[in-house]
Amino acid sequence: MTLTSAGQLGFQAFIALLSVLLWGCDSYKVDSLSEKSLIYCSEGSPEIFNPQLVTSGVTVDATSKQLYNQLIAFDANTNEVIPSIAKSWHVTQDNKKITFYLRKNVAFHHTRYFKPTRFLNADDVLFSFNRILDPTQIFHDVSGGKYPFFDSVAFADVIDSIERINDYTIRFNLKRADSSFLANLATDFSVILSREYAELLIRSNKLEDIDTLPIGTGPFKFKEYRTGSYIRYEPHTAYWEGQSHLQQLIFDITPSNTGRLTKLLAGECDVIGYPIAHQEITKNPQLTLEDVTAFNIGYLGFNTTKPPFNDKRVRRAVAHAIDKQAILDTVYLGDSKAESANSILPPSSWAYAKDTQSVEHSPEKAKELLQQAGISKKFTIDLWAMPVQRAYNPNALTMAKLIQADLQKIGITVNIVSYNWQEFLRRLALGEHQAVLLGWSADHPDPDNFFTPLLSCGSAETGNNRTFWCNQKFERLLAAALNITDLAQRKALYREAQKIAAEELPLFPIAHSKRFQARKKSVQGDILHPFGGISFGRVEKQ
Amino acid sequence: MLIFTLRRLNLFFFTMLVLTLLTFSLSFFFPGEQIVNLTGQIDATPEQVALIALDYNKHESIIWQYWSYLLHIFNGDLGISMTSKIPIMEEVLSHLPATIELTTVALLIAMITGIPIGFLAAVRHRKKTDNIILTVSMIGYSIPIFWLALLAILVFSIQLAWLPSAGQISLIYEIKQITGILFIDILLSDNPYKWQAFQNASIHILLPACVVALAPATVFVRLARSSMLAVLESHYIKAAMAKGLTTQQIIFRHAIKNAMVNVIRDVGLQFANLVTLAMVTEVIFNWPGIGNWLIQSIYQRDFTAIQGGLLALSSFIFIVHIFTDLIYAALNPIARGIKYGS
Repeated sequence: MTLTSAGQLGFQAFIALLSVLLWGCDSYKVDSLSEKSLIYCSEGSPEIFNPQLVTSGVTVDATSKQLYNQLIAFDANTNEVIPSIAKSWHVTQDNKKITFYLRKNVAFHHTRYFKPTRFLNADDVLFSFNRILDPTQIFHDVSGGKYPFFDSVAFADVIDSIERINDYTIRFNLKRADSSFLANLATDFSVILSREYAELLIRSNKLEDIDTLPIGTGPFKFKEYRTGSYIRYEPHTAYWEGQSHLQQLIFDITPSNTGRLTKLLAGECDVIGYPIAHQEITKNPQLTLEDVTAFNIGYLGFNTTKPPFNDKRVRRAVAHAIDKQAILDTVYLGDSKAESANSILPPSSWAYAKDTQSVEHSPEKAKELLQQAGISKKFTIDLWAMPVQRAYNPNALTMAKLIQADLQKIGITVNIVSYNWQEFLRRLALGEHQAVLLGWSADHPDPDNFFTPLLSCGSAETGNNRTFWCNQKFERLLAAALNITDLAQRKALYREAQKIAAEELPLFPIAHSKRFQARKKSVQGDILHPFGGISFGRVEKQ
Repeated sequence: MLIFTLRRLNLFFFTMLVLTLLTFSLSFFFPGEQIVNLTGQIDATPEQVALIALDYNKHESIIWQYWSYLLHIFNGDLGISMTSKIPIMEEVLSHLPATIELTTVALLIAMITGIPIGFLAAVRHRKKTDNIILTVSMIGYSIPIFWLALLAILVFSIQLAWLPSAGQISLIYEIKQITGILFIDILLSDNPYKWQAFQNASIHILLPACVVALAPATVFVRLARSSMLAVLESHYIKAAMAKGLTTQQIIFRHAIKNAMVNVIRDVGLQFANLVTLAMVTEVIFNWPGIGNWLIQSIYQRDFTAIQGGLLALSSFIFIVHIFTDLIYAALNPIARGIKYGS
């Protein structure tokens, strides 16, 4: 052996040693662990692990489709109602009795804190809905005892009783026909909990655990949660639709927009929600940017019970003064990310009225209307801008500033008001505002989900209708539309309703936005849905 | 040595006294009820507040109030955090190890790179190498750390995608906290992916530690350089030269060891600086250390956490100083003659 070859050999040995040190002796495992683990960088911490209790998007994203199932679900492509835990259902002619036939062998999560002894049956369904409906049920008041989604659709007023026919059959008896009822049951909020787990919690006197240490039937089960840091899920091995391909699902909570982008680019996140700098993502060959037209509306709401906005001429004047295109370009960063709204319904809804008149940008008309309303001198209004970022309004403060500048031109001084989110919502519900920039994301494709929560008299009473507008004719149209199942007839009624809303203008629709998501190309499967939360049940990494 | 130690302990005692006085008085200066600021009990009922006030001798003179505050500190009770409702002591103990880990690695990097380069500069005194090293170290010292950190993320994480930009370890590895020092916890854990976790933690620490290390490294360069120059000019080196030893022999056998003594002493002094740098870096790299936690507490107006965090962090820095002083004194008998702390 010559000296050089000895040197070469030494060098090779050194490289070999180095690579062993760097990559470990069982490097095939590292591949499999990161290949089978998915990190989703989300924008916030969930408040609780039971979507029955909240309407916040963060919570729904993190819990609903991961941990739970509903009786029925929406098909992501056609928006039709499809079977889930209920394998089929039957609706009577009068639209008042709905019978669900449940799937057999649906297993609940088996975790360190609960070991189920039986499969899902009608008792669990009964328990889950009774928790919402029955004030005497022991769990009704647990974790605040508020069911905002169900309150907003007046769920308790619709249901007469829920009957357990046998182990796998359950019947909902309605007081009146409600054609959005099935859609409500298919939303992310109508999850099925385990009654057996609830009984265990009663025995151990830890009732709150039902919402913080969740047990469901969904594709993943809960493992660990650290507020503000992460959520760790494991696959539910006995999932009725087949076990997930992932070994771990982790929600890495990263509230900062740039932080999420950096993590995606540096490869620390597989998927991120609400990405910024779309160009940066699209030009990277390893990443994909996806969008879905969300069923939502960003609007300027007027408090119709307070001057000056109790006068519809002032409302219209303000609407005329606002340059909507400038808002779309600045706040929603151009047309590709949002479309201008004429109605509270997005154009993709079947009930959308194409002929709804839009309010054109015209400061002259605005001044004229103000004069007609008898307001000649300058005045000041408070405009409330929501402090958080949502798909329907990515930057309410900037939007408020643009509106401020627009209204200045017609002699209205705008004072921008903001509080922290909880406080903001609380005060809004009390009606302390004059005008507010807010929005709504639909939970299901039924048009009623826009009209009733946003503009009905009932939700004006609960404070969910931030305009406090209550119009009897409009109300009758909504009620009539719920009472029938014929699509053409419903369509006509909703068109009429949209006409009234456009005429009275309790709120000024600004934009329907898209929801974006960016992911590594190696992540396969549908995550985004047009409404409701995201789902990782069918996701694979390659 | 005994007197030296006692003097240092004496200094420690009085400094801590001043420090606690400061944090105690802070509770008066912060807006809101003093007793609430001190304990963090914001949701307490009036009866509970009365009980707490009694516990803190609120009805007695200010001296007694301060005394009972000290007693609480001695019992490890720094109140609870106003935002997370977790005892401050627990928060400190869970965040401090991450900072220690980061600063230790940074210190090691700074020493390993800075000291040899400094020696090299001294050996090549007034030559091109010396000038280049001095210039580079001056630039390195002048770069603002937050800018450097962002630049490092931009280049190494975003453009090149070599190193992660945030956190201590990828979330896919579940490591149970035992000592708090992640590397030790990984080695102690029974995770089958232990080795991968170790690698992952290593690549996570690399970027923030290098960022923190840059400024101290340049300080070490200059310290090592001047210390080596001083040694090279001393009589025993001249004697060694006269004996006909080669330059290599002189430097490796005699100069380095003696020059090191002076450098070691300043390692301790660099520590406070290092912790300050680490605080900024932790925020940018989202490192779960005490600096990041303290800055978040300031954002959230968590007054109890601010007081407790300040106390814990400054006493930690102080303890490190005293330790390095003691180690230095143990190594270098001449230093024991210096009676007052520096």
